[in-house]
Amino acid sequence: MKYLDDFRVPGAVRTLVRRIREQGGEHTFMEVCGTHTMAISRAGIRPMLEPSVDLISGPGCPVCVTSDRDIDTAIAVAKLPGVVLATFGDMMKVPGTEGSLADAVSEGARVRVVYSPLEALQMAREDRGAKVVFLGVGFETTAPTVAATMLQAREENIQNLFLLSFHKTVPPALRALGSLDEFSVDGFVLPGHVSAIIGSDAYTFIPDEFGIPCVITGFETTDILQAVSNLIRMRTEGPAVENEYSRAVRAGGNPKALSAMEIVFEPVDAEWRGLFVIPGSGLALKEDFRDFDAGAWQVELPERAISGCRCGEILCGRIKPPECPFFAGECTPESPVGPCMVSSEGTCASYYLYCQEEE
Amino acid sequence: MCLAIPAEVIEVLDEDVALMEIGGARKQVNISLVDDVSTGDYLLVHAGFAIEKVDEGEARKTMELLEELARLDEVP
Repeated sequence: MKYLDDFRVPGAVRTLVRRIREQGGEHTFMEVCGTHTMAISRAGIRPMLEPSVDLISGPGCPVCVTSDRDIDTAIAVAKLPGVVLATFGDMMKVPGTEGSLADAVSEGARVRVVYSPLEALQMAREDRGAKVVFLGVGFETTAPTVAATMLQAREENIQNLFLLSFHKTVPPALRALGSLDEFSVDGFVLPGHVSAIIGSDAYTFIPDEFGIPCVITGFETTDILQAVSNLIRMRTEGPAVENEYSRAVRAGGNPKALSAMEIVFEPVDAEWRGLFVIPGSGLALKEDFRDFDAGAWQVELPERAISGCRCGEILCGRIKPPECPFFAGECTPESPVGPCMVSSEGTCASYYLYCQEEE
Repeated sequence: MCLAIPAEVIEVLDEDVALMEIGGARKQVNISLVDDVSTGDYLLVHAGFAIEKVDEGEARKTMELLEELARLDEVP
């Protein structure tokens, strides 16, 4: 396919790997995008770069960082009379305090898996008697699509579409990670499609305040290797934000998408599962859209439980999945204990599928 | 989850919707988040929306760089 196969050039992969080996040194880089995590595991990039480069996975899977409290809320909303909850399929198996959305379905909740928020809008148009609630999960790649859907619903005066917004934004999370005392990462591989929306300028604070070099890159093996090589070079030359994904990312991002988000959402503090509450890292509906906000509904939530799962340490890059006592034993993709095992883009799930022999 | 697929615009149906070819299938995609879409453009598609245009000039530069790297692999 054009613009996919074009970047799959085996000879270029070999040259880049050789270049990285020649650059030498020891480096720990963090990729901050679940799609990169998956691409790195699937292509077997980690063993190609051992032992000089250690690639660790950050909190880049939006499903994985959705808090158990937010899952509890989604389940409680789905169980309200007249409600149909529309969600991306990845969210179905994420464990809350007392089970997942999939479990709630077996208890009678009405939940529909959709590919686009526009399908939720269509459901609301077709069944005016139902309260259709879209479960909004995702970073800046997804948030504008949800914002555009809410704007369309308002324009059509659809009064039975609601949003439960658990959207999160990437730069505040990177700031929180960079501020941790024990955080020692030599460079960030930054997400391609989040950056297509927010632009490369959104990250300049990372080299400026934390001295950490950053490369925005695409999802092919050559893209990721190029990013690694550039990060190593910047460790000597000085940190900056470099954009290796210029075919999709502009300095200022996508102004139309940013404007849709700006009209609909405002930043709020948000809890990242396994981590902590990160200031200004969530997106809530603005006052103007309060009528659409299913997050304002009164629901009863179960008391929170502590699981002992170590997803939080994995998301900060402190440990790797096999160091968690639950990994591949009690916690598997079929029966996940922690969120990193649920989504196909979770660090644990990608290790489980592709990397167990590496360890 | 932030996966977006590059796909070609077959026909712009109206201000907000284009017919696009995605992995061999033709699908309607919302183009309201992208400016000045025309037939033959490549757009990144995510969750039923085009979220950005693929910049052809920049894509070509990257391809040329990869070809250059591949040539280096052939040098003994």
